[in-house]
Amino acid sequence: MIDWGWLAGHVDAIAYRTGQHLYLAAIAVGVGFAISLVLALVAARRRVLYPPISALAGILYTIPSLALFAALISITGFSVVTAEVPLVMYTLVILVRNIVAGLDGVPAEVLEAADGMGHTRRQRLWRVELPLAVPLIVAGLRLATVSTIGLVTITGTISDAFGGLGYFILDGYHRGGFPTEMYAGALPSILLALGADFLFVRAQRRITPWAQTRALEATAS
Amino acid sequence: MNLVAETAAWLTNPAQWAGQAGIPNRLLEHVLISSISLAVALLLALPAGLAIGHTGRGAGLAAGVANLGRSLPSLAVIALAIPVTVRIDPVLGGTVLPTLVAMVVLAVPPILVNAYTGVAEVDRDLVEAGRGMGMREREILSGIELPVALPVVLGGVRSAAVQIVATATLGAIFGSGGLGRFLVDGIAQNDDGQVFGGVLLVAMLAIATEAAVEILQRLARSGAAGRGSGSTAAIAPGPPVLGA
Repeated sequence: MIDWGWLAGHVDAIAYRTGQHLYLAAIAVGVGFAISLVLALVAARRRVLYPPISALAGILYTIPSLALFAALISITGFSVVTAEVPLVMYTLVILVRNIVAGLDGVPAEVLEAADGMGHTRRQRLWRVELPLAVPLIVAGLRLATVSTIGLVTITGTISDAFGGLGYFILDGYHRGGFPTEMYAGALPSILLALGADFLFVRAQRRITPWAQTRALEATAS
Repeated sequence: MNLVAETAAWLTNPAQWAGQAGIPNRLLEHVLISSISLAVALLLALPAGLAIGHTGRGAGLAAGVANLGRSLPSLAVIALAIPVTVRIDPVLGGTVLPTLVAMVVLAVPPILVNAYTGVAEVDRDLVEAGRGMGMREREILSGIELPVALPVVLGGVRSAAVQIVATATLGAIFGSGGLGRFLVDGIAQNDDGQVFGGVLLVAMLAIATEAAVEILQRLARSGAAGRGSGSTAAIAPGPPVLGA
C-alpha cells in the first residue's frame, strides 16, 4: 500500500514543505500575537471596547477557513498575504481572549498592593499584571499554534505554492487518491501539531512549576 | 462587475435555487452532514464525559484523548480516513464518509471536556445532600449534576456544532456535498459570485447554529439558576480549535 519509491524520491520535497509549514505557522502566530497584545491592552484600559472586540472575534470564528481563503483570493490574489491574513485572524480570536482573561485573573489585592507601592498604571501593567498573566497567555499561544499548524494545511487550496504539508494531501487526492502521498502530508502535519503542543506543555510547566498543568480546560460557556 | 453585484447576481439567479447543485439541496446536505457527525460525537463523548465527571476516574485519559483530538488537523484526518473508508463503501467512502469521520474527531474534544468539567465542578455539598437523601448514583447524575452542569455541557456542544458547520466545508475538496461545494467549485471556476455567495451561506448557517444552541443554553441557565448553579468554567476562553 505504501509506495516506498515515491517516498525515497520526495525526501527533499517533504523537507521543503515541512519548512514551509513551520514558517507559515510561525509568521501567523508571531504577527497574531503582536496584534493581540495591542488589542488586549487597549481592551484592558478601556473596558467598554472589550465586548465589541470579543464579539467581532467570535463572529470571525464562525467563518470557515476555506471560505476566508477563497474570499481573499479575489482580493489579494494567489499571494502569501492570502494565506497569512486568515491564519492571523484566527489566532486573534484565541489570543485576545486569553490575554484579557489573564489580565482579569490578577487578584484585586495584588493590584492594590502594587498601587500602594507607588506603581504608575504603566508600571503596574508591565511589572505586575502582564507577568501574572503569562500562564494564560502561554495557554493561548499553545492553542493558537496548534490550530494554526492545522490550518496551514488548508492554505494549499489557494494554490500549489502554499499548503505546507497539506500540499501532499491535496496533490495525492487529485492524483486519484494516492495514499502514499496523502499520508506523507497527513502524518507529518499531525506530528508537527502534536510536537508543538508537547513543547508548549513543557514551557507551561517551566513557567508555572507550582501549578499542576490543568488537565482539562473547558471552553467558555 | 464588482464583488457585491456578482454575489447578489449569483444568489438571486433562479438556477441556484433548484436541483441537486442548488442552494436548498446543498444547505440540506450541509445540515445533514453536520447533524449526523454531531449526533455521533454526542453519543461517544457525552456519556463518557458525564461518567468521568461523576466518578472522577479516567480524567487523565479523557484529557489525553481531548488534547489529541483537538491537535489533529481535519484535513489530515480526512486524508487518513479516505483509504480506509473507500474499502468500506467505494462510493460514500470516497466522498462523504471521511468528512463525517473528521467532523466526529473535531467535535468529541469540546463535548467531552465540557461534560467532564461541568459535572466535576458541581458543588460537592449538593451531591452529598443527594446521597444523604438516599438518591442512587445514577439519580444524582441525572437529577442533580446534569441539570446544574447543563449550561457548561451545552457550551461544549455549542463549540462543537459551530466548528462542525464551519469545517464540514473542507469535505467538498474531497468530493463531499454541502455548502463547501460552492467554495471549491467557485475557486475552480474562478467564479467570485459563487465563492462569496457560498461564504455568506456558510457564515449564516454557522451563526444560526451558534444562536440556536445559545438559546438552549440560556434556557438551561435560567433553569439551573433556581437550583444554585456552580461556577461556569472558563479557563481557556473561547472555542479552542477552529476549522483546522
